[in-house]
Amino acid sequence: MSARHRRRLVALAIAVGIATAGCGGAHSIVNPKGSEADRVAGVWWLMFGLAAAVYVVVAGCILYAATRGRRRRGPSRLHDNWFIWIGGVIVPFLILVVLAVVTVDATSALRTSSPGAVRIDVVGKLWWWEVRYPGHGVVTANEIHIPRGTPINVHLTSDNVIHSFWVPQLAGKMDTIPGQPNNLQFTADKVGRYAGRCAEFCGLQHAHMGFDVIVETPADYGRWLARRERVPLEPASEEAASGQLVFQREACAGCHTIGGTDAQGTVGPDLTDVGSRRLLGAGAIENTPQNMRAWIRDAGAIKPGVQMPSFQSLPDRDVAALAAYLESLK
Amino acid sequence: MAVTEQPTPEVAEELEERWEDAPGIPGFFNTVDHKRIGMRYIYTAFLFFFASGALALVMRVQLAQPNAGVLSPETYNEFFTMHGTAMIFLFNTPVLAGFGNYLIPLMLGSRDMAFPRLNAFSYWIFLLSGLFLLSSFVVGHPPNGGWFAYTPLTSKPYSSGINIDFWGLGVIFVGISTTVGAVNFIVSIFKLRAPGMTLNRMPIFVWSMLVFSFMVIFAVPSITVAAALLELDRLFGTAFYSVGGGGSVLLYQHLFWFWGHPEVYILFIPATGMVSMIIPVFSRHRLAGYVWVATALVTVAFISFGVWVHHMFATGIPALALSFFSAASLIITLPSGVQFFAWIATMWKGVVHFSTAMLFALGFLLIFLLGGITGVMVAVLPFDWQVTDSYFVVAHFHYVLNGAVVFPIFGALYYWLPKMTGRMLDERLGKISFWTMFIGFNVAFFPMHILGFLGMPRRIYTYDSGLGWDTLNLLISVASFVFAAGTLLTLYNFVRSRFRGARAPADPWHADSLEWTTTSPPPEYNFAAIPIVNGRHPLWDDPPSSVEVADGQPSTRALGIVGALEKDMPVTEGLDARPQDVLGIPEPTYLPFIAAVGIALLFVGLLVEAAIIGVVGVLIGMAAVVHWLWRTSENLR
Amino acid sequence: MSSPAIRIEPVPRTRGYPTAWWGMVVLITTEAMVFISLLASYFFVRAGASKWPPPGIPLPELHRSVVFTVVLLGSSIPIFWMEYALVRGHMRQVAVSLAIAFLMGLAFLGNTVYDYLNQEFGLRENAYASLFWVILGLHAIHVLVGLLMSATVQVKVWTGRVTPEHHVTPEVFALYWHFVDGVWVFVFATLFLSPHLR
Ligand code: HEA
Ligand code: HEA
Ligand code: HEC
Ligand code: CUA
Ligand SMILES: [Cu+2]
Repeated sequence: MSARHRRRLVALAIAVGIATAGCGGAHSIVNPKGSEADRVAGVWWLMFGLAAAVYVVVAGCILYAATRGRRRRGPSRLHDNWFIWIGGVIVPFLILVVLAVVTVDATSALRTSSPGAVRIDVVGKLWWWEVRYPGHGVVTANEIHIPRGTPINVHLTSDNVIHSFWVPQLAGKMDTIPGQPNNLQFTADKVGRYAGRCAEFCGLQHAHMGFDVIVETPADYGRWLARRERVPLEPASEEAASGQLVFQREACAGCHTIGGTDAQGTVGPDLTDVGSRRLLGAGAIENTPQNMRAWIRDAGAIKPGVQMPSFQSLPDRDVAALAAYLESLK
Repeated sequence: MAVTEQPTPEVAEELEERWEDAPGIPGFFNTVDHKRIGMRYIYTAFLFFFASGALALVMRVQLAQPNAGVLSPETYNEFFTMHGTAMIFLFNTPVLAGFGNYLIPLMLGSRDMAFPRLNAFSYWIFLLSGLFLLSSFVVGHPPNGGWFAYTPLTSKPYSSGINIDFWGLGVIFVGISTTVGAVNFIVSIFKLRAPGMTLNRMPIFVWSMLVFSFMVIFAVPSITVAAALLELDRLFGTAFYSVGGGGSVLLYQHLFWFWGHPEVYILFIPATGMVSMIIPVFSRHRLAGYVWVATALVTVAFISFGVWVHHMFATGIPALALSFFSAASLIITLPSGVQFFAWIATMWKGVVHFSTAMLFALGFLLIFLLGGITGVMVAVLPFDWQVTDSYFVVAHFHYVLNGAVVFPIFGALYYWLPKMTGRMLDERLGKISFWTMFIGFNVAFFPMHILGFLGMPRRIYTYDSGLGWDTLNLLISVASFVFAAGTLLTLYNFVRSRFRGARAPADPWHADSLEWTTTSPPPEYNFAAIPIVNGRHPLWDDPPSSVEVADGQPSTRALGIVGALEKDMPVTEGLDARPQDVLGIPEPTYLPFIAAVGIALLFVGLLVEAAIIGVVGVLIGMAAVVHWLWRTSENLR
Repeated sequence: MSSPAIRIEPVPRTRGYPTAWWGMVVLITTEAMVFISLLASYFFVRAGASKWPPPGIPLPELHRSVVFTVVLLGSSIPIFWMEYALVRGHMRQVAVSLAIAFLMGLAFLGNTVYDYLNQEFGLRENAYASLFWVILGLHAIHVLVGLLMSATVQVKVWTGRVTPEHHVTPEVFALYWHFVDGVWVFVFATLFLSPHLR
């Protein structure tokens, strides 16, 4: 029996080993790329140490106590009251005090707002994210460009249901709540592209409500912002130009905005720079010309329940033109 | 050891005749025997357990591979909503109420619960509300808003179908059963204890059910209100949660979790009560720190009403307020620590006998330890911001719910079913079942912690490959089936025992509490003569006495066989359990069933928005209540 | 037979309340929690509102409502009288006092219904209106149930089913009625008085 228990402990140790190794992967909260996530990762490693110690000691006590009587006969001189006082109250209390201090400390650090923060407005939609840069008039969707090393203040709202904004490698979650704007502040330390997700259940396509945060050097970020401020863009090719016409003619313009054109719909994501996005449909598929055509034809087949109608009756030529046009918008 | 006055065979026959339910269908619908009702509770709850477990297994098939197409997003959402809802409302709470119903009168040395008809009523409500919720599958519109049904997702504009109404009305409906049951437990525990069973001699399981009941009384109204306002918004167009109408969506969350957090301890406390009964018996040593444990149960109950906001850490409530709830959530660890070390000390001082029930208790300790520790981790505010709504939380709550609650319940089956059915379960099969469940459980739910770290949110119907989630999910799915197989082994063991199990003696485990003084299964009247309790462990060191009843005082008369013949129960003083009064046990009646059907009609009427059905339901319900009142004092002698 | 049979001294019966009474105590506790949850919701929503009551809705009137508050709270007095008469076995007084309390309760309920029929705002208008009517309505339902219980008990008294020895139902009813009265103090203070304070 005791051998079996020992084997269990070994298995547990291996599991914990895998756990810690596995957590080093991409998207992981213990592979932080921002000061906020970094802070939390620090809290985690401290807790992990304490937790491992508590588990090993207490599980050890359990297994020892359970098998003791079989090995030794004599009555135990264990004093119930002291044992419970020390194991159940005093030691846990000390550990909890440490955790409480860490909690208060980290919380105040994570929730102090710095004055120089860049404000970005993010709106949770069904099932995508609208992104606005106040003061610059720039609107985009599902991709958030931010400068490295600058505190970012994300202002979170929703005009529909509750969502939650989560970029594991940069910061913890914050809900977007109708009627109650929230703020989340964080600073990214490394240039790169970090996946984010909606973390609060928001209906059919909660699974496909992803976004990317693109961390750039301040210079790159400045260039990106300047380019995005400088609409209108002209269609690059003939096919694209005819795509633009189809876009105006069909229902598209009623739902989507394309900067510098008559398309000013606000139901769906702003498509002014849709060609530059890595993914389509808030993470549903990769953004390739072929996928773009498939999306236009029947978005619902790719993302069931999507709030965009399908356009299966559009001639192939129009769909191709639309796709070419949209892909050219960078 | 025979401890109480035994009836002669003729008297026994007369007792039998006096107490017997009508055979067949009438007896089925009109019985008020707490044992029959308790068993039904347990059977029905397990039916729901296997059904919602089956839902989870299908979900696991869908999640086994990236971008799988087993379930559509709609169906997936319906499945996890019903899985969580049924597990919490239709399995976990009622199964504990079932054990309580069966065992508490026996442990107290009483002949029934204080309100036997109310008891039957609460079962029928439970059954009908369960069927109400499940019927949503039949009409093809099961609830799909998650087990906490956050508004505005569940408001009419975003969920126009009938799905959410099943949920909103269903949880109010089942809440009636839980509440009525709790009233019954509280009064029974205070007023029906055998003479001499002072509060500090009550078995810990009774303590835990007392705490359970008080928590139900104080917590359930909150979810009733939460769901009622939701339904008012949905059915009658009120504006409680409507942002445009000046309402608040966070109000719903506060109301829900003010019940929701205590609820998880409502589930957990009786489970620890079971463990506190099992460990001492198989350690051959009285529970170390009895007073500690009882105090811990009461303390947990109090603290648990002050931590609900830890489920709302990411809602943007000011950090200062959140820190308070974070600290309160940390403090709640201490009573659990106390219980833990009391159990360890008990085993330490005794000699542990590894029966199946004991293995489940040990498995519980190892699992709950981890689930508790991850609970402490998510109580740490900044850390929770990272892992909330991720699979880390799914791991936490399966370690505590599926581990720290289901394992003790399985232990309790192995421990008490022989008393209930009169047949022993097979120990070998039991041990195989335990190890299958234990290993399956850990392999299935441990990796979920890691998935949470890797950024996998909960409640997603599918995911892309290349995120590092594939292997772990596959592993989890396979192990879930291993766990499920373990539970089916116990099911098989149970069925087998009904036909081929060895006959159970009165006290197969050499246990210490009163339920083991009667035969297995106990006679309808439980105790021919009520035992007089002389200590905390009536079957170990303080054997109960029988009472001299010659002097005809009604309250002492009821203690003896005469009382049993007259279908009377002695009522004792709340604190020191001295005989005080007599309570007649009602004859079988259809009233509870009729009243429950009336209430069910009310809910169906609301669901299909047919006023007439609702009105008929209300009238039937009212008529039954009036009738009840009308007859009340006739049953009191 | 390990311990000898013993004699026990029972407690005098009058010292305790019947189990049904205790059951009602617990039931009332949980009912009180329903009201507490609703009243807490009221203040929670108010805390998030800029103007209370919202524009377009008048402050609750305080003349008629005060009068009927006095009527409802006053109806506890005949109930106390009834309890007193019960233990002394004056069954006529029991019947009379029950009837008086019944009429007072009925008057109160009538006033609530009158209010609802002559409403200046409906329950769908906004969260304030929803809270106002639903809380008021829930209390009215409690009054109605109390009246129903009272009616049953009265019939029992008339037909001699309640005796000085057996009077569980009137006792249980009395407790419930006191609760319905008591909770009105809080409902009234919240719905009618608190909007006048700012
Ligand atoms: C049986 C049910 C049960 C139990 C017992 C617990 C126990 C605990 N839970 Fe858990 N919890 C749930 C069921 C339960 N929980 C459920 C269902 C949810 C999710 C709901 C949902 O979102 O769907 C949840 C979610 C949940 C959250 C919210 C997470 C989130 O959504 O982001 C939090 C946060 O504080 C939390 C905390 C705790 C704590 C501190 C304990 C403590 O009581 C644990 C204390 C016990 C121990 C720690 C072990 C024994 C102690 C010792 C041996 C002493 C030494 C130990 C130390 C010093 C660490 N729980
Ligand atoms: C007591 C509570 C309890 C229990 C015991 C379980 C048991 C299990 N749970 Fe449950 N779970 C919850 C409570 C519970 N769960 C809650 C509250 C949620 C949250 C819901 C929400 O987010 O809204 C949840 C969510 C949840 C999820 C997350 C879904 C998501 O977020 O997307 C997953 C995923 O793996 C899961 C899996 C499992 C599995 C594999 C089991 C296994 O233990 C199941 C084992 C299987 C069986 C025991 C069945 C055996 C039966 C058969 C093999 C067929 C026989 C059939 C008949 C007789 C009809 N559960
Ligand atoms: C009824 C409104 C509506 C109409 C009409 C509509 N769309 Fe959309 N569209 C949406 C919505 C909503 C989304 C976001 C879906 C999601 O991700 O969940 C979307 C998403 C998209 C995307 C993906 C954007 C991204 O970054 O993920 C493209 C491309 C697109 N639409 C193109 C079109 C074209 C081309 C047409 C016309 C042929 C069109 N849409 C018509 C509502 C509409
Ligand atoms: Cu948006 Cu989930
Ligand atoms: Cu909680």
